[in-house]
Amino acid sequence: MGGDGLSDFSAFSAFIAALLLTATLGAQADHGAQYSQAEIAAGYRVYSATCVQCHGANGDGISGVDLRRGVFRRAASDEDLARVITSGVSGAGMPPFKLEPAELTGVIAFIRAGFDQTVSVRVGDPARGRTLFDGKGACAACHRVQGRGALSAPDLSGVGLVRTVGALQRSLLDPTSAMVPANRPVRAVTNSGDTVEGRRLNEDTYTLQLLDAHGRLRSLAKSDIRTLTYAIASPMPAYGSRLRPDEIADLVGYLASLREP
Amino acid sequence: MTLVLRPLLALALVASAWPASAQITPDRLQHASEEPQNWLTYSGTYASQRHSLLRQVDTGNVKNLELKWVLPNQAFGAWQATPLVVDGVMYVTQRPNDVLAVDAKTGRVFWQYRYTNSPDARVCCGANNRGLAVLGSTLFMGTLDGHLVAIDAAGGRPLWNVALGDPALGYSITMAPLAVKDKILVGVGGGEYGIRGFVAAFDPASGKELWRFYTIPGPGERGHETWSGDTWKTGGGSVWMTPSYDPELNLTYWGIGNPGPDWNAALRPGDNLYTDSVIALDADTGTLKWHFQFTPNDTYDYDSVQVAVLADIPWRGSQTKALMWANRNGFFYVLNRETGAFLSGAPFVKVNWASGLDAKGRPIKTTQPAGSPTWPGNQGGTNWYSPAFSPRTGLFYLSAWEGYASIFRSEPATYIPGRNFAGGGHTVVTPVPGAPGVRIGRYSPINDWTDVVGHGAVIAIDPQTLQRKWTFPQYDVTDSGILTTATDLLFTGGREGYFYALDARSGEVLWKASLGGQIVNGPISYAIDGKQYVAVISGNSLYAFALRD
Repeated sequence: MGGDGLSDFSAFSAFIAALLLTATLGAQADHGAQYSQAEIAAGYRVYSATCVQCHGANGDGISGVDLRRGVFRRAASDEDLARVITSGVSGAGMPPFKLEPAELTGVIAFIRAGFDQTVSVRVGDPARGRTLFDGKGACAACHRVQGRGALSAPDLSGVGLVRTVGALQRSLLDPTSAMVPANRPVRAVTNSGDTVEGRRLNEDTYTLQLLDAHGRLRSLAKSDIRTLTYAIASPMPAYGSRLRPDEIADLVGYLASLREP
Repeated sequence: MTLVLRPLLALALVASAWPASAQITPDRLQHASEEPQNWLTYSGTYASQRHSLLRQVDTGNVKNLELKWVLPNQAFGAWQATPLVVDGVMYVTQRPNDVLAVDAKTGRVFWQYRYTNSPDARVCCGANNRGLAVLGSTLFMGTLDGHLVAIDAAGGRPLWNVALGDPALGYSITMAPLAVKDKILVGVGGGEYGIRGFVAAFDPASGKELWRFYTIPGPGERGHETWSGDTWKTGGGSVWMTPSYDPELNLTYWGIGNPGPDWNAALRPGDNLYTDSVIALDADTGTLKWHFQFTPNDTYDYDSVQVAVLADIPWRGSQTKALMWANRNGFFYVLNRETGAFLSGAPFVKVNWASGLDAKGRPIKTTQPAGSPTWPGNQGGTNWYSPAFSPRTGLFYLSAWEGYASIFRSEPATYIPGRNFAGGGHTVVTPVPGAPGVRIGRYSPINDWTDVVGHGAVIAIDPQTLQRKWTFPQYDVTDSGILTTATDLLFTGGREGYFYALDARSGEVLWKASLGGQIVNGPISYAIDGKQYVAVISGNSLYAFALRD
């Protein structure tokens, strides 16, 4: 396989599908379920024997559906997912699947875990999570959501679209190991001796774009930079010692519900 | 009176200009390098060196290049086409299967032809088309729904249209056909759908099929023993890049794509010929003269669809008819193109799926444990991006991906007609689980994977020593083709949208323009009225540069 990625032949229909989707995205489930690694692993086996044929290894093989990221056409809750899987979708080409109860639970767990078998993930109540985000967690001191909060860390308004629940949980428990390279804080000392610190936004062979500590958008020519340092350690505290497990689950639920495109 | 005269005069003008500009004879194609003002085949010449003999732009004045015109595309998505230039007229395709005839001096469009694909058309990787062939006064284009269409180069109207395969089964054409003597040669894509690949030759006048060679041998055919059971029926072996041709040997050289299913080699025991191979076919009959397989029983999707670069180079003291190949599997090869004999080969990027090549060029496999990184990653050390060779420097130039690995996984696969037949998949190795990995193509102006998951480079390889002469690294990866000139310039681009002129001897940047959009095609050069142009497609626009007046 080569060329340039999937399905832009049908870019327009995907665009229409995306428009239709926005209606269901707000209704992110409050399923509050805890999935074990064993369930997720069992679900992976079902998925790779059955679902993968049409939905693909990354869960995005059907236009308008991205199972790994929780983007569905006809489902919000776990019960909805179970119904779609067991009843099928007539007219859309999805047949009904006869699964054992453990298989059905497993495949839902696998989807809810964002196809990540390495974590046991728990998704709690988004409303309680929002209260924690603004209050006890003090997340808004660095992160912004829908215009509220600071910008020194990434805006999270759409984080539920770009991170799996497993990755969100890992970010809270072990921020350094979960910090993606694109978000590494940068420190540049220019040839004239100025120091510019901030959050990396974009970069190419010759330039670097960042939001500096004063909230200004800066674009630096690499030829003007004497030393450029990317922090490997995240400045975010690990929340495992600050919040209870159920609170972590609620925060994960809230973050997963943030789906501004 | 004037009402009658004007059309007549106009007709007379057209008629007088017609014969000289329209007829591309097989002889002109064979000697295309002798008319460097034109760009007559996908790779410029049959040898596919992408080396222009134009000399007006040189290392001293290249800094004076300026934009002469821009042709914006009306279609979104990667624009992978290489244009043709025929006596001042540029012919270029845009996705899915439009053809534009353009004044190559001004960028103004003479005509546009739009082909409507069947709704059954399906392609793995975007509605790409890489270009056209020209013969006589006719253009030839393959389509996403697996047709070959002949188009009148002057009028822009279709002349005939033949189906090569069933699009509902995944048969498609994305490559530019090649005109050789009295035939139009083309192959079919669809390696992700369990097709049985083939190349075929067509009569340019009627569209009648003259010969066909299946890239997956059937029962009784040589090579069939490298498949078990019925696996050959869905064996893939797609063809999606233009072949090269040696007129003296009368051989065409084709790169063959991955076996199906892509990522589960255990489902198809055997070498799986002629997937991931170069095959040499007689241009008149389609008879196989020789083959060389780069990746037997591939489980990494290492399509060998790169363009074969032909050159006569010194080898152990005598001039040798060589074929040079930088493969997606990370190895660079030099073969004897008369016999297919392996002359030499070595990795040009980090490779860990094989520890090296044996005396016959067969890889010594070192398959990595499940879950461990494999170098190079799924998109390969290089891919379909056209390389170049300069007879002046003796160097082979390519776009490479460095520091890029994937974790491959094999999964069950059941063949369902027209459905993806993958047998697994891959994940780009990232320092953080779930972090963005480099993707196939750019869909955003923001680089959110960073260079830690791989970066691009133009590298210059000396085919005598297999050593790198120089490296020009880029922050993002690059899918750009390469053009060299007789003034030792090297033109290339990358995903970041910079269009570069490098010194072909040192790799030093002599000039660059920030065009902004990803460059996923090969630059070309041509001349009109004594002026040399360099044209490249960046993002959704085609840009033509020439020296300041």
